[in-house]
Amino acid sequence: MNMMASGLVPLNLTVNGAPVGRMVAPRTTLADFLRTELELTATHVGCEMGACGACLVLLDGAPVHSCLVFAVQLEGAQVETVEGLVARGAIAGLQSAFHERNALQCGFCTPGMLVNAHALLERGGVPDRAEIRDALSGNYCRCTGYEAIVDAIEAAARAAQGSGR
Amino acid sequence: MKARAFAYARPRTLDDAHAAFAAAEGDASYISGGQSLVPALAMRLQAPQVLVDLAGIEALRGVRLEGDWLRIGALTRHADALTDPLIRAHAPLLSAAAPFVAHPAIRNRGTLGGSVALADPASEFPAMMLAMGAEMEIFGPEGLRRVPADDYFQDLYQTAIVPGEILVALHVPVVGPRRCWAFDELARRRGDYAMVGGGILAERDGGRIGALRIAFFSVGPTPMRARAAEAVLTGRVPDADAIADAQRALDADIDPLDDEEVPAPMRRHLARVLLGRLVRKLEIA
Amino acid sequence: MNAPAAFDRPRHTADAPAPGVHVGRPLPRPNAKRLLAGRGAYVTDLKLPRMLHAAFLRSPFAHARITRIDVEAARAAPGVALVATGEDLARLCAPWVGTLDHFKGMKSPPQMPLPLDRVTWCGQAVVAIVAESRAAAEDAAELVEVDYEELPVLADLDTALAADAPRIAPDFSDNICFRSVVETGDVDAVFASAAHVVDAQMTFGRHTGVTLEPRALIADYDASEHSLTVHHGTQTPFQFQDLYARHYGIPESRVRVIAPDVGGSFGVKLHVYNEDMAVIGLSMLAGRPVKFVADRLEAFVSDIHARDHRVKARAALDADGRLLAIQAEDETGIGSFSTYPRTSAVEGNQVIRLIGAPYRMEAYRGDLKVVFQNKTQTSQYRAVGHPIACAVTEHLMDRAAARIGLDPFAIRARNLIPDDAYPCESATGYKFEKLSHEGCLAKLRTLMDYDRLRADQAALRPRGIHRGIGIAAFVEITNPSPAFYGIGGARISAQDGAVVKITPSGEVRCLISVTEQGQGTETIIGQIVADYLGVSRDIVRVITGDTQVTPHGGATWACRGAGIGGETALQAAKKLKANVLAVASAILQARPEALDLVDGQVVDKAGGAVRISLAEVARITYFRSDTLPPGTDAQLTVAHHYAPRGYPFAFTNGVHGCHVEVDAETGLVKILKHFVVEDCGRVINPLLVEEQVRGGVVQGLGAAFFEECRYSDTGQLVNGSLADYLVPMSCEMPDIVIDHMETPTRDTELGAKGCGEAGTAAASAAALNAVNDALAPFDALLTQIPMTPARILRALGTF
Repeated sequence: MNMMASGLVPLNLTVNGAPVGRMVAPRTTLADFLRTELELTATHVGCEMGACGACLVLLDGAPVHSCLVFAVQLEGAQVETVEGLVARGAIAGLQSAFHERNALQCGFCTPGMLVNAHALLERGGVPDRAEIRDALSGNYCRCTGYEAIVDAIEAAARAAQGSGR
Repeated sequence: MKARAFAYARPRTLDDAHAAFAAAEGDASYISGGQSLVPALAMRLQAPQVLVDLAGIEALRGVRLEGDWLRIGALTRHADALTDPLIRAHAPLLSAAAPFVAHPAIRNRGTLGGSVALADPASEFPAMMLAMGAEMEIFGPEGLRRVPADDYFQDLYQTAIVPGEILVALHVPVVGPRRCWAFDELARRRGDYAMVGGGILAERDGGRIGALRIAFFSVGPTPMRARAAEAVLTGRVPDADAIADAQRALDADIDPLDDEEVPAPMRRHLARVLLGRLVRKLEIA
Repeated sequence: MNAPAAFDRPRHTADAPAPGVHVGRPLPRPNAKRLLAGRGAYVTDLKLPRMLHAAFLRSPFAHARITRIDVEAARAAPGVALVATGEDLARLCAPWVGTLDHFKGMKSPPQMPLPLDRVTWCGQAVVAIVAESRAAAEDAAELVEVDYEELPVLADLDTALAADAPRIAPDFSDNICFRSVVETGDVDAVFASAAHVVDAQMTFGRHTGVTLEPRALIADYDASEHSLTVHHGTQTPFQFQDLYARHYGIPESRVRVIAPDVGGSFGVKLHVYNEDMAVIGLSMLAGRPVKFVADRLEAFVSDIHARDHRVKARAALDADGRLLAIQAEDETGIGSFSTYPRTSAVEGNQVIRLIGAPYRMEAYRGDLKVVFQNKTQTSQYRAVGHPIACAVTEHLMDRAAARIGLDPFAIRARNLIPDDAYPCESATGYKFEKLSHEGCLAKLRTLMDYDRLRADQAALRPRGIHRGIGIAAFVEITNPSPAFYGIGGARISAQDGAVVKITPSGEVRCLISVTEQGQGTETIIGQIVADYLGVSRDIVRVITGDTQVTPHGGATWACRGAGIGGETALQAAKKLKANVLAVASAILQARPEALDLVDGQVVDKAGGAVRISLAEVARITYFRSDTLPPGTDAQLTVAHHYAPRGYPFAFTNGVHGCHVEVDAETGLVKILKHFVVEDCGRVINPLLVEEQVRGGVVQGLGAAFFEECRYSDTGQLVNGSLADYLVPMSCEMPDIVIDHMETPTRDTELGAKGCGEAGTAAASAAALNAVNDALAPFDALLTQIPMTPARILRALGTF
């Protein structure tokens, strides 16, 4: 058994494909770990209680709220942030569709939207608008009114379909 | 909004987990998915000395058939209720309820065991344990024991689990060929806690409703079985009269809290409306 | 009705200029690519060397005397740099009072960063803790001991207005912050003789901005230079430069405010907040940069709230359904003080002046009471006052239509100010240059296929499906002149400034005082500069949001970015173009009038032959000025400032349609679709205008159905988290169909007005009318927003 004193705890995980080893305070959320320790500031914090979706990252491939996970829980895990998705070109289609459709204004919710949209499109096919809205049901956007985001995801899904992805 | 400092333990066995909890003299919390616990820690509504992470305990994992029961390990994620073929086949009420549980990202992390252990009276899965007649397998000082859902939910956030004990698995009686079911809820927004929600698991009996279990959530301090409504509906053709009778009977089954957004009389009304909708959804024919 | 004349008017009429190369085109935002790449740089992301973090201990009571504060244990806690109380900061910061001189008789208590002896709302910051991390600061906050003696709480309007109510400030004679009456014509006589009088008592819930990035700032005071740099998520950096300088006694030239990427504002981030003011002093005390990010719980109790109005109104009409008069009494509950420096009275003031604004009438009386309460401050949030005025007006119009037996479209067509009646003045004294109500109304009818929706509604009723259609016309205030704040003594600029320059490589930089929070300010400024200078927008770089870099200006609020900022950029670009052509003419030995600048090339105006590139003009000017003819004055950098000098406001207009389905058993409403026809003058970028409108509509629909700050009778905000305060989310919001009219203002060469409030102004009114239309067969009537399931079921008599 691995019982730790209340000081810092060693943590090893993979972030955006690269191994990361750090000593962390157990109370550090994944969101704070990414933002302050690794300076991956694209992951935003909007509520710290899993209600706004700004902090979504991929944990072992699935979107989760990085504000609702403590970093210490992730020994050996694979974490991918928007920076990682952008760097490996995984969301180029979404980025382009969001840009063309102006599916963002202040941009603060956008990383969470992109992570969720990416996971949705990874399932394959072209989701209908209700499915897209449902997938985004936990992602708060104060600026756009959502329609443009739905449009952009739909367009990206069609484009991906067309390109045989 | 940062949690108070705590120590972290990640035991490999139930015994070690229990020992870690005991070592903190009760000032500890177990964490599985953490989707309800972490906000409470962030707001410092809870501030345990030690957080005991159950994620490393193999005994809490897996979904498998054990005779007439489906054993769902406590660490099974909400999202698995949508995709796991065994759950879909044998515990369809869980699959029907899952899309209503919070949002996709929460479902990717939250666990069925965590939800049932917390026993939020407004949550979907605990109530479905009642509707399915599930049994909760609990690890305590005397080893493992199974508690039927009817005895498991005791009061607001109070279950048969004594502090320090661990919910190991949910055991669901597998659905027979003559079963039908319905789930629905009334929520302000997609993924919100429902104003009222419920599920029915019933047997078809030649166009009539056979044995059935009805459970509601957001209608009292615990998930609540609608026994009076069940009694009214048993043996009936699910027509308008039967529904009206059941709706009248339902009043005795529930004990809604009064709040400004959904006053108790409104909740009673909504529960009646929802019961009607659920019965009409049942594929009895 | 003369609407048919405008019925099928093409969008680009003789009034509206044809699109330019860039202006008028739906171009995406260049700066959005950075945000999409995860390269946004918000204040919350920013980290400075030696930076500390602030947290605040807050009052658990809505009104209490502070009898003891003990910070010793907190001071000794690990990682703590300093703990400050109200007294500590009062030594550094001059107090402020949220009144404006032109609001006669207005009063408000003076404020300090932190209170000295009394808290006046629940959640008010009492003690500041500065530590190495936010977590350490929060740990120490738990160690601060404060003793309170509870005082009576003014928790609602009636309590505060009672004759024997305790006073919000000991020296006040009552709890009224501001009172105002607007009156035109003989209102009483008109009502006495009117064929029809309809009335309503309406309630508008208190809600709040909920920007996704909470308020955030980093103050970095440097004692060696007595200078202050503040990285501040704000709409209005110059306003804060002025305030920080004056209240902390630092010369203005040594205060720099930088507003980088800002995660939403909507009016939230242009007010003075106690914590934000405190952070400046905390940096002075600590001698290090101090960061404060309001967490979401703090945002709910300290960001401005808005609305919270109770309106009693009635309308008089003649037998034919012509509107004769409206009378309205608006009571609005603000916080325990009026917000600084814009006050908490502007919303109510705009309510009583915007009621009835789209319509002709002969008499009007509006009576406003702005009332203190022990709650969070209210102030200007998107579409200040508009949704209330619009809902009151449009609800009365629907009530009158029902009384008289007119269709909602018909009664509006009968009463809207005709499109050929301008210029004219509203019954409340607003001067309208030119609006297009009739054209918009006619377009909306087509856009929403109104007759088909009515037929569907009738067909579905027997099946127990209750759909409703609501429409609402609005007038929007944009581009305020100095008559808005300047006249009241506030140092809030109505002008904007731009510096536009040709760089040595022949590219263009525009430094401008209007700011960007995602609405597309930089994009439209780039489009305007590109077209009026004569270059591709690809080579135009627009820089905003730094008081040390751009000229001084009002920045972005009240829909002034396009109208005022755009005109500033336009005039600066034209000035620069003239200079470029002057230099080119010297180089080419040609007459400047014979030359033009097109797509970065100096060409012959006649024939278009390329003579010399802009890059070559720049190269010669910057590196080979020795080759220019003697006397050539090569000024490839120009500055220009512009403030509105004509109409005090550039009013815009439009009309919304909302289509809903009400579940009469549950009180849940599905918003099926929303429609908007709006006229913001010349459209610079239709893509951005439409997204402004959509976002605005959703904020209006949020208010209509979900958003409400609910208080207990002890003044506690009971739903101050994102789990309990319901914001509109993707599944509940409809697709929104938009069309435009274009009636440019003649006050500017650009002709643009504003579009930021158009969506919010009328969405909740249209939704209210739609729900009431759906419930009409049940004889149920809602006069309160948000329209929660409980309120709908109560109106239906269900429980």
